[in-house]
Amino acid sequence: MFGISYKEIINNGLWKNNAALVQLLGLCPLLAVSSSVVKATGISLATMLILTFTNIIVSLMRNKVSGVIKIPSFVIIIATLTTCTELIMKAFTYELYILLGIFVPLIVTNGVILGRANDFASKNNVLKSALDGIMIGAGFSFVLLTIGAIREILGVGTIFSNMDLLFGSFAASWTIRFFSEGYGFLIFVLPPGAFIIMGILIALKNVLNSKVARHDKNEDGSLKKGVKRIRTTGTIT
Amino acid sequence: MLDNSIWKNCCILGIFGLIAGILLSVTYEKTKDKIAESERKIAKKIYFEIIPVERHDNDILSDTTDIPEEYLSLLGVKKGKVNLVRKNNQLVAIIVPVTSSDGYSGDIKMLVGINVNGTIAATRVLSHKETLGLGDKLDISKSDWILSFNGKSLSNPKPESWKLKKDGGYFDQFTGATITPRAVVSQVLNALVYYEKDKLRLFEEFSAYNPVIAENILGDKN
Repeated sequence: MFGISYKEIINNGLWKNNAALVQLLGLCPLLAVSSSVVKATGISLATMLILTFTNIIVSLMRNKVSGVIKIPSFVIIIATLTTCTELIMKAFTYELYILLGIFVPLIVTNGVILGRANDFASKNNVLKSALDGIMIGAGFSFVLLTIGAIREILGVGTIFSNMDLLFGSFAASWTIRFFSEGYGFLIFVLPPGAFIIMGILIALKNVLNSKVARHDKNEDGSLKKGVKRIRTTGTIT
Repeated sequence: MLDNSIWKNCCILGIFGLIAGILLSVTYEKTKDKIAESERKIAKKIYFEIIPVERHDNDILSDTTDIPEEYLSLLGVKKGKVNLVRKNNQLVAIIVPVTSSDGYSGDIKMLVGINVNGTIAATRVLSHKETLGLGDKLDISKSDWILSFNGKSLSNPKPESWKLKKDGGYFDQFTGATITPRAVVSQVLNALVYYEKDKLRLFEEFSAYNPVIAENILGDKN
């Protein structure tokens, strides 16, 4: 863990140790606000921002804070950053903030953030921690946006609707409609749809991983020379 | 030294708390005005949908009066204010907040705009937790059902017809949902009942011209 390379950090965050698909952390926002792309984008950006800054601050403090006060001080950092983000969102994207409701303040309880602060940032330098925050955040956002897009297309028949709430009035025309209103599959807007799509995505990832693993093996099952086995489950510590 | 480490930890946590507090108060100070402005802008949008700009010349967001305590349970709110809509110092309409807890899930919060002659100017749902795709046809963005209240009053239709067609009344239900529109219809009716009971006071306190007294003295039914 101490000698982790930048490449490994990127691979970890985006794929191998993806917060949403492998660690299964942060499921609360993942399932609750992924009913449309705009909501998913809002929570993604907020989470990524908080995750990265938490990692940076924790990494800066890693030699001063230790032992029993480690977790309490992490919680103070995360809670402060979350509240600041919440206030800023409220000020500049008020309507989106109302749409997201309780899930902005709930970022405090997102296990990914405390997990990365404790497992990674408290043991690595600032640059690596910042990169780790961005990458873990990007991996999480990628899954969140994918689920958001699929649910919005199947459930409502549109994609990128209401993007003006986040990006200003010029984004109002981004909406693409696939079929007319009222013909969507209601189940994808409701919570079960989130679970179903999430399950399919995890399954797809595992299929891909095992394909890669099989590809890298000789016929007798031993690993080909020069390839590492890819881990599909569990967490890296 | 146990004492020493506790003391040190306390100091570190204290400093953390202090920095966090400073950071939060700075952010709060910087965003405070902007947040208030955004909130106002959204509120204004809804109020102006109910009462168009040309119908009033006062600031309807801040021109309010408390709802008398005896009507609070009728309107389903714990405390609330009626927004007064005035032009040339004369009351032209009021906007009443009502809440229904008879919906499918959670409270349905609404605003009902009532003209001084007792007809409904417009109704809007502020927030609800009804089922997506079924009960959410309350929202003006999803369906124009909510517009069916416009121009209705206690005499049109008669109070006993303030029900869904399914229950033998006047108003349409919408496909797949009965509980939600039923809750809204009965609560909009309550807003009208409230206005009927409280209008004399409202006129006396807030209007230069009192149509209720005018009606009684001159027989002026207009």
